[in-house]
Amino acid sequence: MHYLPHTAEDIESMLQAVGVEHLDDLFSTVPEDCRLQEGLDLPEALTEWELDEHMAALSNEMAVSPEYRVFMGAGSYEHFIPASVSYLLNRSEFVTSYTPYQPEMSQGTLQAIYEYQTLVARLLGMEVATASHYDGATALAESLLMAVRITGQRKVAVSSLIHPLYRRVVKTYFEPTGYEVLELPYLNTGLTDLSGLDEMDGLAAVAVQSPNFFGCIEDLKAVGEKAHDKDALFVSSFTEALAYGLLINPGSSGADIVCGEGQSLGIPRSFGGPALGMLATGKKYMRKLPGRLVGQTKDLDGKRGFVLTLATREQHIRREKATSNICTNNSLCALAAAMYMASVGGSGIRELALLNHDKAEYLKAQLKKEGFTIPFDSPTFNEFVVEFPPGFEATYARLLKKNTVPGLSLAPYYPELANHYLLCVTETRSKEDMDALVREVRS
Amino acid sequence: MKESLGTTGLILNEPLLWEKGKKGRSGFSLPRRDVESCPLAPELTGEGPDFPDLSEVDVVRHYTRLSQWNFGVDTGMYPLGSCTMKYSPKTNETQAGRPGFTGAHPLLPAGLCQGILRMMFELELYLAEITGMDAATLQPAAGAHGELAGMLLIHGFHRKKGNKRSKIIVPDTAHGTNPASVALCGYRPVPVKSNEQGILSVEAIFDVMDDDTAGIMITNPNTLGLFEENSRKIAEVIHGRGGLVYCDGANMNAVMGVVKMGAIGVDVMHLNLHKTFSTPHGGGGPGSGPVCVKKHLEPFLPVPRVVEENGRYVLSDDYPESIGKLQAFHGSVGVIIKAYSYIRSMGPENLKKASQLAVLNANYIKERLKGVLHLAYDRPCMHECVFSDKHQIDDHITTLDMAKRLMDYGFHPPTVYFPLVVDGAIMMEPTETESKEELDQYIEALKAIVNEAKDDPNLLHGAPNKCKVKRLDETLAARKPCLAG
Ligand SMILES: Cc1ncc(COP(=O)(O)O)c(C=O)c1O
Repeated sequence: MHYLPHTAEDIESMLQAVGVEHLDDLFSTVPEDCRLQEGLDLPEALTEWELDEHMAALSNEMAVSPEYRVFMGAGSYEHFIPASVSYLLNRSEFVTSYTPYQPEMSQGTLQAIYEYQTLVARLLGMEVATASHYDGATALAESLLMAVRITGQRKVAVSSLIHPLYRRVVKTYFEPTGYEVLELPYLNTGLTDLSGLDEMDGLAAVAVQSPNFFGCIEDLKAVGEKAHDKDALFVSSFTEALAYGLLINPGSSGADIVCGEGQSLGIPRSFGGPALGMLATGKKYMRKLPGRLVGQTKDLDGKRGFVLTLATREQHIRREKATSNICTNNSLCALAAAMYMASVGGSGIRELALLNHDKAEYLKAQLKKEGFTIPFDSPTFNEFVVEFPPGFEATYARLLKKNTVPGLSLAPYYPELANHYLLCVTETRSKEDMDALVREVRS
Repeated sequence: MKESLGTTGLILNEPLLWEKGKKGRSGFSLPRRDVESCPLAPELTGEGPDFPDLSEVDVVRHYTRLSQWNFGVDTGMYPLGSCTMKYSPKTNETQAGRPGFTGAHPLLPAGLCQGILRMMFELELYLAEITGMDAATLQPAAGAHGELAGMLLIHGFHRKKGNKRSKIIVPDTAHGTNPASVALCGYRPVPVKSNEQGILSVEAIFDVMDDDTAGIMITNPNTLGLFEENSRKIAEVIHGRGGLVYCDGANMNAVMGVVKMGAIGVDVMHLNLHKTFSTPHGGGGPGSGPVCVKKHLEPFLPVPRVVEENGRYVLSDDYPESIGKLQAFHGSVGVIIKAYSYIRSMGPENLKKASQLAVLNANYIKERLKGVLHLAYDRPCMHECVFSDKHQIDDHITTLDMAKRLMDYGFHPPTVYFPLVVDGAIMMEPTETESKEELDQYIEALKAIVNEAKDDPNLLHGAPNKCKVKRLDETLAARKPCLAG
């Protein structure tokens, strides 16, 4: 096996140095009745070339661009990734290092993550951002737990237009804690109905997502004011980070904690993971943050350098009193996002976001023109809901056969929304793709 | 001694991103605009983030220079204990990078994603086989996330039985994530001490186990690199009082093909694919922390689960007792593919061989260094061994000084000051992918450092000398936090 460097002679001399005869003798402390007698029942080893063939066959069974045109977002977005980002991200000094516990030997990762934290803070309009979390959903769950810690209250109000799968993750995290999750319904404008908040007391947080699951842009200022009226923290979530290249950021709308998914920023979809949980807040809450933080410091000569810091919040110091159990996070995904943000730049991200918005508006207008209903009339970014006529399942199935995925059916998530589909258009869909889709759903 | 690996080359300085660039530059080929612009209401739009504008060359040089300040397994030996920094085979990167995998939307209809579903289904079977368990989930994103999943499974199990239990036993040698995961799930961790041999005694567990204890969380092999020899009997004690046994399987690299945890009383365990199964750690993740369970916990596994129906694979949500979801989608699929490739490349014999050689390498280091550094437990070890700075106290040299000096010799330092039960711990895990020559050179470096500690301690106090920066002031960073520029 070419990953194992030991020759028979090496093994022999090393066993001698250890003072045992056979490799099996190394396991003398494993009681006899704990040892496996038979071999593992696994497929025989493949050569590198056989593995290539096997994996190519699996990969070929997947529906992806350019053969397929997928008009589906819902928390996972197709965006162009510059070759420079993929190429740089493969530098093995980044890829094959561990969490930077020894900072002098890890300045590359540390400076890059410090830069990532800074760019994220700027994107979201906040003062500090963490080094990364697993994904947008766990970042939301951890944000809500953070709000509980800060306020000492045991209830959170969560918009029903937060991604349904994110809400399930929150439910899972909250289930054994005894904290309560209350849901805010939605209005027929496609925005969160905040009126129920008047009756809710003792809230740790009010959480909404913008653009929300229907693609609609929430009035974050109004949510923030309402949350603060109730002495609750305003938690602003997102699934499409690119939107903040264009939209007013949550920080300047009064958000106390901002959390979401950074996959759009240079990370391939990879069937949903690994993803990038982003979490940001103001300086006053920085010591309450879950997860790793990189900070600036000086070396013995007074030179600038970077280290993991505020570790007294973390599990390896505080154990059961830590602000989170997270250890390994999604650092390389954060690095990809930083490289992407640096490549696109301040001018580029705005133009790219505009293009996403404008393309989605084009498709929306074309569908409207053909008489399809756009049930929620609030402004959207690059996703929107369409109500197709009853029986659309057949059209959907026909389109799948023609290598087009015409959005996501909302009925499994919102049973009242039969025949409603969530469609997404990014910069990767051309006008021809959209025109073809309109032709197909019409016929 | 052979010439030291560590030397100083030409290390380039590189400013922060926003200290470079000029407005109007771009490192991105802006996609074609084939639709008209359609302005959004001004009250909804912001000014756009204050990012620097850089050219593609600016970006490429920036990150290339930064990467050169880093050290990875591909650079050299990385004996970071408890982290299993083995070589990450390159073919795994190629496999995970196939466009059918990277481009896949997580909510594709099952008929359009058979390749990934099949891969996930098979990997679950392989992991269950390696651990001797009955079923697995790939959803947890890392080891700690797997621990949380495991605690939730135990919680679900007891709740269904109608008994509220409030505590989990956690040995003092446990990784910090163990008590933190216990607490996150609303349980109180009950600490229990390891004995003078560094392992758990049946009596110690017997004394703390009661009807209000939901179970125990054992790391096996433990963080001292020792096999928990009493684990079978401990499991009997726990089961006898209605509790469940969780195994932190972060150290599975020692016992693949040697011990099946399912056969020695474990009910639920996690694996770290980014340790045992060779997926690279990426400077802090992404990882993957699959959880394997026995039959009685299977109904509680997270959804959706991949199931086979007449040779086709589908995702099923139909598990009413499930704990729910741990991530929005299906786990770190991009990482999972690499672990799958690794298992398929290794096959059953080489996986066992890997464990044997990992244990051989650790014991070799232990034997060759035990006269040089203080060995915390002088017993046969598994995949790692723990030393301390006890012999250096009179030289006023600490574990940290030795770790920093090791960098000058061209090695990544071992894990230091963990586990907490050994003062000044130095925990070395060479892994099986280091050759005898590498180990010998590492051993010689440590011997030289121990001599320097006596003869020229300032060399250690001032270390490292050959990195991009000198020793960094971590206290300053925490006292005056500067987390963004
Ligand atoms: C023994 C042990 N348990 C758990 C963990 C946590 O794993 P992760 O970092 O993947 O969350 C680690 C990793 O450092 C470990 O060494």
